Amino acid sequence: MKPFARIILFLCAVMMLTATVDLPDWADPGSPASTHLSPGFIEQGYHETATPNVVTAVLADYRSYDTLFESVVVFAASLVVMLVLRRTSTGTSRIKHFRPKREGRDTILRGAAQSIIPVMQIFALYVLFHGHYSPGGGFQGGVIFGASFILLSLCYSLKFAMQRFKEKMVLICCACGALLYAGIGAVCLAMGWNFLGYAGLAGLLGVTDVMARSHGILAVEAGVGITVMAVMVSLYYDLASGGDMEEGL
Amino acid sequence: MDEFFFFIVAKYNYWASLILLFIGLYGMIAKNNLMKKIIGMVIFQTAILIFFVSIGVKWGASVPIIRFFPDKQPLLDATAYANPLPHVLILTAIVVGVAVLGVALAILQNIQRIHGTIEEDEILEDMRK
Repeated sequence: MKPFARIILFLCAVMMLTATVDLPDWADPGSPASTHLSPGFIEQGYHETATPNVVTAVLADYRSYDTLFESVVVFAASLVVMLVLRRTSTGTSRIKHFRPKREGRDTILRGAAQSIIPVMQIFALYVLFHGHYSPGGGFQGGVIFGASFILLSLCYSLKFAMQRFKEKMVLICCACGALLYAGIGAVCLAMGWNFLGYAGLAGLLGVTDVMARSHGILAVEAGVGITVMAVMVSLYYDLASGGDMEEGL
Repeated sequence: MDEFFFFIVAKYNYWASLILLFIGLYGMIAKNNLMKKIIGMVIFQTAILIFFVSIGVKWGASVPIIRFFPDKQPLLDATAYANPLPHVLILTAIVVGVAVLGVALAILQNIQRIHGTIEEDEILEDMRK
């Protein structure tokens, strides 16, 4: 099996590497990827959305359907992990006895976690809300915020983290983020624009169409951030405890 | 020889990502341990992410965030900024990759719970019993 796989993969590799002859050179400004859509995004994006970060503008405005369904995908992934792993009975778990016993207080570890976690959370909010002007946005901010809870449960215990951020709350956040995103789209639809056409928010917010698109981007980024944060925490809770929510790593 | 060298240097991003891609694919096909297969899958995924990001690079271009002149006028020249589209695609793909990894690990934990092992041949043996 192994030699066979090697031969097949070697042939595929040779074929694909020779096919690179036809691909554009490294960093060629005239390559097909850089000549059709992207100049339009760069040249018109700022005037249409008032968002200097073109990546954020494309992510949350021009390709907002894509981002909406990506957040639905991560939401579905957290549900699937829960369905696959969750057990209510206290059956014998074969994974359990590989876990180290925690004895005493890990003073240095916990002190470090105490000083790092609040800074991480503020930084996550900064990354989320400054996504218009610097690299950042909902996905990155959400992941950093979720990592702060994972750090909490690694340095203390899963039970302690679950007291602070209950599982029910995590799932509500999961759903609320995606709902906030879809809700913004529905409001735009109700105002007589396309689904996720943020210019429809202009009348509600009392700003121009261009600024309404900027505010719409911020609102959906917040929705994405909430979903991603909750999904990261939910995945960790389920995977670290093996689905019984008793004891983490 | 020189021609071949320049050919590689002009396209080295494709070479790097394709070699990574085949390392990952080999791990997925040939390894016996399911955890190693998942690691192979992640390497495979990363190779594709690198491929996508590398086609967005332009000579002399900076990050795709609009810069302003001192008189607050935006610089809206497409050649001054890298292509933002691959970054957008990859940004979402990374998070979906994490979600896929989570589902894979959950299924792996369940397999371990049912069969007591994550070696592929031992699982097949266990299933035949």
